[in-house]
Amino acid sequence: MNAEKPSATAVVVAAIPFAAMCFSVAWWDRIDPRIFGLPFNMMWLLCWIVLSSVCIWAIYRLERGKRRNGGGK
Amino acid sequence: MSPRAIALSIIFGLVALGTGMGLLAGVRRKMDLEQWTVGGRGFGFLLMYLLMAGEVYTTFSFLGASGWAYSRGGPTFYILAYLTLGCVVSFFLLPPIWEAGRRFGMQTQPDFFLVRYGNQHLAAFVAAVGVVFLLPYFQLQVTGLGIIVSIASFGGIGRTPAMIISVALMAAFVLASGIRAVAWVSILKDALMLLAAVTIGIGIPYRHFGGIGPMFTALAHARPAHLTMPGATPNLGHTWYISTVLLSALGVFMWPHYFASSFTAKSADTLRRNAVVMPLYTLSLAFILFAGFSTVLIVPGMADGDLALLTVVRQSFAPWLLGVIGGAGALTAMVPAAILVLTAATLFAKNLWRPVVAPAMTDEQVAKLARGTVLALCAVSLYLAVYSSTTLVSLLLLGYAGVTQFFPGVVLGVFWERAGAGAVFCGLIAGVGTLAVLVLSGRDPFHGWSAGFLALCINFLIAVAGSLLTSPQQ
Repeated sequence: MNAEKPSATAVVVAAIPFAAMCFSVAWWDRIDPRIFGLPFNMMWLLCWIVLSSVCIWAIYRLERGKRRNGGGK
Repeated sequence: MSPRAIALSIIFGLVALGTGMGLLAGVRRKMDLEQWTVGGRGFGFLLMYLLMAGEVYTTFSFLGASGWAYSRGGPTFYILAYLTLGCVVSFFLLPPIWEAGRRFGMQTQPDFFLVRYGNQHLAAFVAAVGVVFLLPYFQLQVTGLGIIVSIASFGGIGRTPAMIISVALMAAFVLASGIRAVAWVSILKDALMLLAAVTIGIGIPYRHFGGIGPMFTALAHARPAHLTMPGATPNLGHTWYISTVLLSALGVFMWPHYFASSFTAKSADTLRRNAVVMPLYTLSLAFILFAGFSTVLIVPGMADGDLALLTVVRQSFAPWLLGVIGGAGALTAMVPAAILVLTAATLFAKNLWRPVVAPAMTDEQVAKLARGTVLALCAVSLYLAVYSSTTLVSLLLLGYAGVTQFFPGVVLGVFWERAGAGAVFCGLIAGVGTLAVLVLSGRDPFHGWSAGFLALCINFLIAVAGSLLTSPQQ
């Protein structure tokens, strides 16, 4: 069942949400500046929930194009 | 009508409505094992979304997330991160699993291990570990349900009758409609849950502080350290955050019931599109966190943080609204409980009992045994919920990190031809063993690192190194 491995571009785009929401925690884990009254760390994560969805959508488009052009690969 | 009667009749009406939807979901379909466990592999985008959202949003999100915000503070934000990153992982992992599932007729997680690695013992071990970690999780839903309903009905219905009635109704729709019931009851449950989350997330801060912004200002002023990590805890800092988010993001679809739910999809593309929109559902958790953070200043010093939210809700809202929240809470326990018990019963009947005790059983007999197991598990969990047991609490601590130990076997199995049964088996045993030793001896986090993450690293290392040593170069 050896599945086709995702393309390098897809993996790089997928790494963006990990970098933003996980590894960079030390840079955004603070209360100020408050945005719309919310602490900065919470607002940062809420924004990245939406942006992560955008990233996954971008990978979806990328991979779908590849699947179509690949001719049944 | 007295407030108690109003709340009680609304809760009962909502639960009855949900049960009705569940019973109707399987009408006119022959409920064989394939239909019961994976819905005939015919779920489209919307039904799939409801099923997955229905599974992820459990009583833990309702009571646990707000309880963490109350008692721990900043570290709670890990929930927002791991659920989102888990969707990223699922985008790559679930479609190939679905493909394999369709080709080889897999219905459960151990089926995957059996087909990929061709090792009966490994598959049976995966099934056993799965059942051991599913049961306390199921138990948690039943206990949580009792708490929510008894508080929301102003004590009008006690914990024990609340648990017995709703578990009986839940068992009825699981037996009648299988996984279809879970998806259909989720429609009502998700709608109510969203309504309840927004109502309490905005209502509580407004009522007590005049808004969400003022609530955070007051909290940042009174407890300056509460809103960042490690918050109110001694050791849940940034190392813990990174290791726990990684562990949980990799692990979320390793729960046997999430894993198996990918088989219900109509196509691999359904799962990919699902991964695009699933993160947005996590946004609704923000409201639960607003409510949870509000409770810190409203009812300080409660020993059991999980009860903080319900206590404040009862002080703040009219009886009818309390009824709606109670009904939402009850369904939020019943839906995940349904899928948990369905999965545990199938694992037991199909992947443990048949291969070990009675290899000659037909699929029809397995389906019958699985249904019987559902009833037995419901009865046992009610007994344990009434005469509470402490061993379950420690099993629950192991659960999330425990199922994540399946990850190396799954990801290597999908993407790396050389991964071998022996190596994966050894890695899995070492991972679960390391985890059990660290957690049960109270050493989680271990030097700031999540114990489950360390166990996963060891597990991965053994699986990869073992495969390189034992299987030939290709």
